[in-house]
Amino acid sequence: MREPDSPRHLWRNPEPKKAYDVVIVGAGGHGLATAYYLAKNHGIKNVAVLERGWLAGGNMARNTTVIRSNYLWDESAAIYEFSLKLWEGLSAELDYDLLFSQRGVMGLTHSLHQVREGKRRISANQLNGIDAEWLTPEEVKAFCPIVNISPDVRYPILGATLQRRGGIAKHDYVAWAFARKADELGVDLIQNCELTGFDLKGDRVVGVQTNRGPIAAGKVALCAAGHSSVLASMVGLDLPIQSYPLQALVSELLEPILNCVVLSNDIHVYISQAHKGELVMGAGMDAYNSYGQRGSPHVIEYQLAAALEIFPIFSRVHVLRTWAGIVDVTPDASPIVGLTPIENLFINCGWGTGGFKATPAAGWTYAQTIAQGQPHPLNTPFTLERFTTGALIDEHGAAAVAH
Amino acid sequence: MEPPRWHTNVLIPCPWCGDREEVEFRYGGPVPAGYPPDPQTVDDRAWARYLYYRPNPKGALEERWVHTAGCRRWFRLTRDTVTHEITPASDASA
Repeated sequence: MREPDSPRHLWRNPEPKKAYDVVIVGAGGHGLATAYYLAKNHGIKNVAVLERGWLAGGNMARNTTVIRSNYLWDESAAIYEFSLKLWEGLSAELDYDLLFSQRGVMGLTHSLHQVREGKRRISANQLNGIDAEWLTPEEVKAFCPIVNISPDVRYPILGATLQRRGGIAKHDYVAWAFARKADELGVDLIQNCELTGFDLKGDRVVGVQTNRGPIAAGKVALCAAGHSSVLASMVGLDLPIQSYPLQALVSELLEPILNCVVLSNDIHVYISQAHKGELVMGAGMDAYNSYGQRGSPHVIEYQLAAALEIFPIFSRVHVLRTWAGIVDVTPDASPIVGLTPIENLFINCGWGTGGFKATPAAGWTYAQTIAQGQPHPLNTPFTLERFTTGALIDEHGAAAVAH
Repeated sequence: MEPPRWHTNVLIPCPWCGDREEVEFRYGGPVPAGYPPDPQTVDDRAWARYLYYRPNPKGALEERWVHTAGCRRWFRLTRDTVTHEITPASDASA
């Protein structure tokens, strides 16, 4: 479990040029992956990624790094499975050990409803060629021996879904690897550069205003997660998105004890052990709209109570630090990717509580959407128009976080 | 000295019961657009806005809460979505 050495050179720190073919707003995982695939797959290298703060310092630094593709509907399964396949070759592709570990993602169920939902989802996954299996409580115990399967608890474990190809990766390395490769291909990564407005000619965007001056752009691609509504409102575009805090925490460093990722949708906790040794836990979302990057303590308390019921062995573990990221949630818990009513302005948002796992696929498909000016086949279902046509993709059941 | 409201638990000022901790309440979300007065005349785009679009500002947000573990009444307030500072509504009942 050794971490790789830091590469000597990661990326340049350039001054913004006067004009780019494509300006990406937001240097999180999705923005960096989009820049990389624009350059690599489409030869579009005159690209800037603008970042208000520092590179990958938003949700990319705050997520709990879970990767899986066991979503219910065909549309979601297709894009998340494409993502998982990209993950399987990503360390080699980016020449950087991302500590991608397919240790298995187990989704516990504690109610008859969840059992049925889980088994239904397994069938759907198998029909889509995605590995998925059902575990009885005894098989749960065999797969992860420290789980308490006693019936004598408030929410006994009735079984679990398991995707063995799921797992975790080191989030910072993912961002740095995409950033380094994009930079090598000629992409300008511009930190401390905040978007303050858009330049329009009629219904067409032709550039952006920033705190470091105007930048002309052939195309502008938003990639700002929790702040997407704020950016879109600058150009008069409303989005069906609500921004909420999502909290997570880590424990002190422990010896290897937890061999897989464990989710519980019913009692709102997900947990894994990072390579360094800390337990990483996430909770349900806080109830209210917020951009404050902090949440209420009772959510943490509830999450820890759930974790301790599943893992009594962790009762004396100390919480080292808690934090929150701002997640952009849509009415159907599926992302919004594609064109907007404004020509040459593209959006990638609404990934909500689960954007990390989609990083490579989001970047790949969004890059093609931007390059060709039309949706990639995998993100065609995820347009903004679906809220008008009614073709929603309801993934509340497959999202690990209660909405 | 009164502690800052947003620092730990959010304290919600129920117009009838006074300041209570957030755990006593359910969030009702941003104040939504009203039901269309003449639904037969509304097109798909307007329905979509009614069903799925809510305000999501970074700053002052008018929203609804219900005091589930107290008086069980609905009310409005305005909360800053960055500082979580709350301004009670002048006419809270709605």
